[in-house]
Amino acid sequence: MNAAVEFLSVSRHFGQVRAVDRVDMTIAEGSFFAMLGPSGSGKTTCLRLISGFEKPSGGAIRIFGEDMGEVPPNRRHVNTVFQDYALFPHMNVRDNVAYGLMVKGVDRRARHGKAEEMLALVKLDGFGDRKPAQLSGGQRQRVALARALVNEPRVLLLDEPLGALDLKLREAMQDELKALQQRLGITFVFVTHDQGEALSMADRVAVFNEGRIAQIGTPAEVYDRPATRFVADFVGSSNVLPPALTQAFGGPARWASLRPEAIRLSTGPEARAKGRVTALRYLGAGTRVALETGGQEIAVLVPAGVPVPEVGATSGLTWDASALHVMEEA
Amino acid sequence: MDSAHPARGPGDRLTGLFWSRPKLLTALLIAPPILWLGVVYVGSLAALLLQSFYSIDEFSGVVVPEFTLKTYAELLVPSNYDVILRTVAMAAAVTLASVALAFPVAFFAARYAKGRWKAVFYLGIMLPLWSSYLVKVYAWKLILAKEGIITWAAEGIGAGNLLNAVLAIPVIGGNSLSTSYIGTFLVFVYVWLPYMILPMQASLERVPTSMLEASADLGAGGWRTFRSVILPLALPGVVAGSIFTFSLTLGDYIIPQIVGSSRFFIGQAVYSLQGTAGNIPLAAAFAVVPIVIMLVYLTVARKMGAFDAL
Repeated sequence: MNAAVEFLSVSRHFGQVRAVDRVDMTIAEGSFFAMLGPSGSGKTTCLRLISGFEKPSGGAIRIFGEDMGEVPPNRRHVNTVFQDYALFPHMNVRDNVAYGLMVKGVDRRARHGKAEEMLALVKLDGFGDRKPAQLSGGQRQRVALARALVNEPRVLLLDEPLGALDLKLREAMQDELKALQQRLGITFVFVTHDQGEALSMADRVAVFNEGRIAQIGTPAEVYDRPATRFVADFVGSSNVLPPALTQAFGGPARWASLRPEAIRLSTGPEARAKGRVTALRYLGAGTRVALETGGQEIAVLVPAGVPVPEVGATSGLTWDASALHVMEEA
Repeated sequence: MDSAHPARGPGDRLTGLFWSRPKLLTALLIAPPILWLGVVYVGSLAALLLQSFYSIDEFSGVVVPEFTLKTYAELLVPSNYDVILRTVAMAAAVTLASVALAFPVAFFAARYAKGRWKAVFYLGIMLPLWSSYLVKVYAWKLILAKEGIITWAAEGIGAGNLLNAVLAIPVIGGNSLSTSYIGTFLVFVYVWLPYMILPMQASLERVPTSMLEASADLGAGGWRTFRSVILPLALPGVVAGSIFTFSLTLGDYIIPQIVGSSRFFIGQAVYSLQGTAGNIPLAAAFAVVPIVIMLVYLTVARKMGAFDAL
C-alpha cells in the first residue's frame, strides 16, 4: 500500500519547547489514522505540519512521495476540518462549502451544484441559504466536513472535530465519519484526546506523549499490548504494575499492564492475589472497584449484575495469565 | 422575625432588594445616561433641527419662528452648495486615505504584535492624541509652510521641481502646501488616523486565526483571503472608523482655517453664520447636512452588508 503521508525524523520546536521531537511515521493511503494523546503531546502540531500551517524545525514531510519543504498550505492536496470549524460567518452555508471551488475559479452554477451535492452527502440538503450562526454545533461540523470534502482532497485532516459535540451526537458522528471514510476511500488523519474515539474509528493509532510517538499500531495492539506505562495508563486506564508487583502476580520482574475488565473478584481457591476494597465508582454498565494490594491500587471493573463487595472488605483477585501484558519498556 | 438568613447590615439589605427586583438596579444604572443622552444631547439636537426650519428676516435680521423650507433652499445656492461639496469631497478623501494607511498598521497590531510590542503599538497610536490638537495643527502649518522642512527636504534631495509640479495641480494645489487643499488633507489624515486604526484593529483582532488558515487550506492565496475573508470580517471596524474620520472631517472648522486655502468648509460656515452674521437658522441647516450624510452613509453600508459579520 502506498504511503499518503510520511514523517522522516520531523521536529518542531517553539523556542525551548520541543512540541514535536524526531517523529517518524507513515500513514498508509486510504487508512483512517488517529493521532491520540493528551493536550500538549504534539498531535495537533503534527496535523498542522501536514496541512502546512507549521514548518518543521528539522526532518522532512512527504505527501504522496513529494517533499513538502517548499509547498505552502494553499497548494497542498489536503484539507482540514478545524476544531472550531472556522466557517466564514459572513457567507451562507452554500458559499462556505463552495469556497474552495470559487478559489479554483469554478463558475458559480457549477460550484453551487457541487456544494449542494456535498451538503446532501452530509445530510444537510436545503440548508444552503442559512448562515453558520443559525446552525447547531453538529450541523456546523457537517458543513465544515462538506467544505473540506468538496475539494476532493487526497488526505482529510480532522482536528478534534467531535470535541464540541455532546455525547449522543458524538457517537452518531463517529459512525458517520467512519462510514464516510470507507465510502470515499480517502485517507483520514484524525486528532483526538479521546481514546474511545480513536479506538472505535481508526485503523491505526499513534499514541503521542511529550512530542514523541509512544506507540503506533492497530487499536487492538495499542489497547491489548501497550508498549509503555504511558500508553497503558492513557489508553483505557489500565493497571500499571511495577516490576515487584508483576513478579508477585506471577510474571517476570518487569513493568506490566493488567486491564481492569480482565480481573475478576473471587474468593475461591483460584484467586491469584488478595486486596482490600478502598473505593467504589458506579458506572452504570458496571462498577469500578479500587483495591489495595501490595501497597498499590488495582482497579477492577465488575460488570453489572455481579455482586460488588463493600468498602473495607477483603476480596481475592483472579485473571487469565495471558491478560498480564509485560511491557517492552524497562 | 427569627429568620435563619438575617441581613448583615444595610448593604446586604440593598443587595436583597436588587436581587428580588432585578429591573430596579438596571433602571437606576441607566437613568443618568438616559437623562444625559435623552435630554441634554438629543434634546439640543432636536432644538437645532427645529431652528433649521425657521428663517431669518432679511431686513431686520431677526429669526422668524415659523416653519419654512426656505433656509434649506438656501443651502442650494452655489456658494453654499460649493461649501458642502468641498467638505464632503475632503471627508471622503480623508476617509479613504485613512483606511489605506490604517489597515496595515491595524493588521500588524492585531495579528503579530504581542506583549511589549502591543504596548508600543497602543502608545504610538494614542500618544499623538494626548497632545493639544491646536499645537499639532500649528506644528503642521510650520512643517508644510514654504519655508518649512518639507520644501527644504524636497530641494535638498533635488525633488523641488516635483513639489512644485504637485502644487501646480489645479484646485488641490496652491502657493505652498500649507495654503493648499493638499495641506488640509494631510493634516486631517494625521489628526484622525488613530480613530480609524483603533476600531479596525479591534475588529481584526476578533477574526480567529483559524479563519485565515481555513481559507489557505481551501487553496486561497494571500490576496484572495484578504478580499474574501479578512476584508468582509473587518468591515464593521472599517465602517466604525470611517464614521469617525468622515464625521469629524465634516464638522471640523479649525484645521481648514489654519492650514489650507481660505475657502470655507461646513464647520467654518456654521461658525461664521452663528457668530457675526447671526443667521442661526442657516447655521442650523448647515449643521444638519453632516447628520443627513452620515445617516445615508450608514444606511448604504448596512444595505451592502457591512454589519453582517457583527
